[in-house]
Amino acid sequence: MDKRLSFDDFVAELSDGMTIGIAGWGPRRKPMALVRAILRSDLKDLTIVAYGGADVGMLLAAGKVKKLIFGFVSLDAIPLEPYFRKARQAGGLDVLELDEGHLQWGLKAAALRLPFLPTRVGLGTDLMTHNGFKTVTSPYDDGEVLVAMPALKLDAALLHVNRADHWGNIQALGPDTYYDEWFAKAADRTYVSAEEVVERMDLSHPDDARANIVERCFVHAVIEAPLGAHPSSLPPAYGWDMGAFKAYTASAAEEGGWDKYMAEVIGADEAGYIDRVGGAAKIAALPLPIF
Amino acid sequence: MSNPTLAELLIVACSEAFRGNGEIVATGIGPIPRLGASLAKLTHTPELLMTDGEAWLVEEPVPIGPRGYDDRKPAGYLPFSRYFDSAVWTGKRHAMVSPNQIDRFGQMNISALGGTYDKPKVMMLGARGFPGNTIHHANSMFVPGHSKRVFVEGEVDMVSSVGYNPARRIPGGNYSGVDLRQMITDLCVMDFGGPDNAVRLVSVHPGVTVDQVKAETGFDLVIEGDVPTTRLPTADELAIIAKLDPHNVRASVIKDNPSADRKVAA
Repeated sequence: MDKRLSFDDFVAELSDGMTIGIAGWGPRRKPMALVRAILRSDLKDLTIVAYGGADVGMLLAAGKVKKLIFGFVSLDAIPLEPYFRKARQAGGLDVLELDEGHLQWGLKAAALRLPFLPTRVGLGTDLMTHNGFKTVTSPYDDGEVLVAMPALKLDAALLHVNRADHWGNIQALGPDTYYDEWFAKAADRTYVSAEEVVERMDLSHPDDARANIVERCFVHAVIEAPLGAHPSSLPPAYGWDMGAFKAYTASAAEEGGWDKYMAEVIGADEAGYIDRVGGAAKIAALPLPIF
Repeated sequence: MSNPTLAELLIVACSEAFRGNGEIVATGIGPIPRLGASLAKLTHTPELLMTDGEAWLVEEPVPIGPRGYDDRKPAGYLPFSRYFDSAVWTGKRHAMVSPNQIDRFGQMNISALGGTYDKPKVMMLGARGFPGNTIHHANSMFVPGHSKRVFVEGEVDMVSSVGYNPARRIPGGNYSGVDLRQMITDLCVMDFGGPDNAVRLVSVHPGVTVDQVKAETGFDLVIEGDVPTTRLPTADELAIIAKLDPHNVRASVIKDNPSADRKVAA
């Protein structure tokens, strides 16, 4: 069993109109190399599900997104994501704006193969006004009226981790694994990019088995992508690249800024991208943020 | 010793909002609320739980600002997903946040300003965790620039959190977790202690008048008798704040870093 895929094969397995979940959180451990592969492709009309950062902003800027399902979109140290703002303020973007916990709940419902999970979250807010949420009444004596958070079933989920092996065993070594487990279980196919793909995890890295965030039956394919989270962070390997985020943010203020960014930074291939943003040694040395 | 600054007075006022909260996770978003929660843990309420801003629980609050060393000592583990499971859904948390708009019902907005929902004039973050936080656990607010643009007349543009507005409450829902505590601003401290949770003026900061607060607030305030003056930081508190904020990040939060007493030149 060998789950390795090239970037081209990865893109070829996706299709227009798919619902794609992007793991990670804001500017943290985003599968950016996979996002860049989509940016370089002809894919369109995607529904994107994310705790969003530049992944969401870039896909919006490139016109890839038909519908956005989000808990937030932010670059943390740069609170307001520039291309997300532009897209929202231009109007016409189909959105499902969720509480961060709703997103967790929707992915869990899909993972558990349930149509919804009950929650109080959303009651008393405009999420009820705009999202078309239905309520359910507890069948027990309490009779409580609850929001039915619909399952967020994904056609594909994208994750980035430190290591994977040919079988799809993966290890995320940072202190936080965010909601990646739930993205993987909510998806028909989970694509994991990894800094390093080894032959057999059990032979090369058995001591880090606790960093295996989801069982390999939920991993459809692995794609080798060194520095593939850049410009987001990948603890403990490298921190986020605030200089790159600033340049990206500045591009949104320029006329034709996205096209220029796409041509001059994202470019035609991943190896060239790493060089264009300063080279592997520079990225590998980016310090981990302390909050 | 120099006069305390308004920022330092606000840190102490934020700290007071966490007094006696017990063994819950105290979350202060932004420098002043975070320093307030940290000060609370180091002085009157040591049992508070707190994170390093990332995935670890710490018993010694982490200083703010850039530094070339990392002396964080994890005491426990609270990564993002577990944060919901352990601190939000269970109600074991008190968050202090800074929304863009707040209305008389305590409804907050951090999502979108103006225009329509499909085409907002100014898009911000999205509702983030506000809907879930406000129906499950205690919340307070910090507002660095008290004005009618923040404390709006009528409802906020996009109701991102549940408040005390009866018209918004779907019958049969359980709102027992709604617990809005204090609003600390650059002018005053307010809470929801009026009749039917109306906003009440708790104290005004030194040199600020009640009329000034009223003029900057878009809705009526409940004012009971003589409104006390917010207390100044003690020397001990100032020393702890200085240690928690070695780069004086606090000085950049309020324009021109004024004195705690507005009648005193900074």
